[in-house]
Amino acid sequence: MSTQNRPLSPHLEVYRLPLTGLISITHRMTGVALSVGTLLFAYWLIAAASGPESYATINGFLGSWIGKVLLFLWSFAFYFHFCNGIRHLFWDAGKGFDKEVVEKTAKAVLITSVVLTVLTWIIILAGGGS
Amino acid sequence: MVEFTLPPNSKVGTGKTVTAANNAQRKKIFKIYRWDPDSGENPRLDSFEINLENCGPMVLDALLYIKNELDPTLTLRRSCREGICGSCAMNIDGRNTLACTKAIADIDGDVKIYPLPHMAVVKDLVPDLTHFYAQYASIKPWIQTESPTPPDDQERLQSKEDRAKLDGLYECILCACCSTSCPSYWWNSDRYLGPAALLQAYRWIADSRDEATGERLEALEDPFKLYRCHTIMNCTDTCPKGLNPAKAIAEIKKLQVLKGT
Repeated sequence: MSTQNRPLSPHLEVYRLPLTGLISITHRMTGVALSVGTLLFAYWLIAAASGPESYATINGFLGSWIGKVLLFLWSFAFYFHFCNGIRHLFWDAGKGFDKEVVEKTAKAVLITSVVLTVLTWIIILAGGGS
Repeated sequence: MVEFTLPPNSKVGTGKTVTAANNAQRKKIFKIYRWDPDSGENPRLDSFEINLENCGPMVLDALLYIKNELDPTLTLRRSCREGICGSCAMNIDGRNTLACTKAIADIDGDVKIYPLPHMAVVKDLVPDLTHFYAQYASIKPWIQTESPTPPDDQERLQSKEDRAKLDGLYECILCACCSTSCPSYWWNSDRYLGPAALLQAYRWIADSRDEATGERLEALEDPFKLYRCHTIMNCTDTCPKGLNPAKAIAEIKKLQVLKGT
């Protein structure tokens, strides 16, 4: 019997991830997004230090619709990662592991981060900020 | 290493279709992963439509009906048919569970059955668990003591409270549902012990009669063996015995911190 050419059983494409698993992946992805966003933020600071022209260029980009979409996504990534990070802190203390609790906190993280993102943008847009 | 897609020899093709339900009132289609080591071909997904009046209520009953009546080459592990041996662990309807305790009626639509995920397949629904068992052995799943063995008419005593600490741990049947549901285990099973072995490790760490707690914690203090757990919680979600490997792992991590203080 050959043991050399055994196939690998299907994994990601057949596994029906529970909500908690999806939240976990989103935590990882928002973490990556935040890192990239931090580069953009650093670029904005460098531009501000380089003089009015470069500052106007970056501000123009961030004020355009594509810049606003990026900032919107970045703010969601921030709130999501922040809320789920609090969840992780409780886990690190050994609390909140019961199946029902994990499910509830997953939903709470999702709802809270969406609400905070929307609120933030209502405040920004109502304040007439560019 | 993270690989999202299957290697070329593992891609699943379409297999045969067997219809054995004809005019039945209650019928169900079972789509079952097949791989024959002697054929040299890729795995395939066979489809069996069966009359549910002809078999018992559980997924295992349907699999055995198919094996007995429709295709004797269908290969799977099973033994106790009551959720205590862990042999019939497989991926049913997208989640890992025991075929013998999973009711057919709980599944909407077609029933898709695969071997435990991200494992080398021996044949059909039988994965190679050699590495999984070796990892279990590596945590030394036996009592370790330094104090003298009590005389023959005495035992190593344990208070009721200390005994209660083993509840939720000793019930593990090592079916491997949890470990093979864990994306961290999928990508790093060469070095990450996985939820099953770690829950078992904690079962001995938590045992008041065991006297090697320090050594056990020391052996797990490793970026991969223990800390590849990112609390994804698939393990706890999928455990057919209702246990909580993620919590056991968190307790080990807590003890690692306390050990350093």
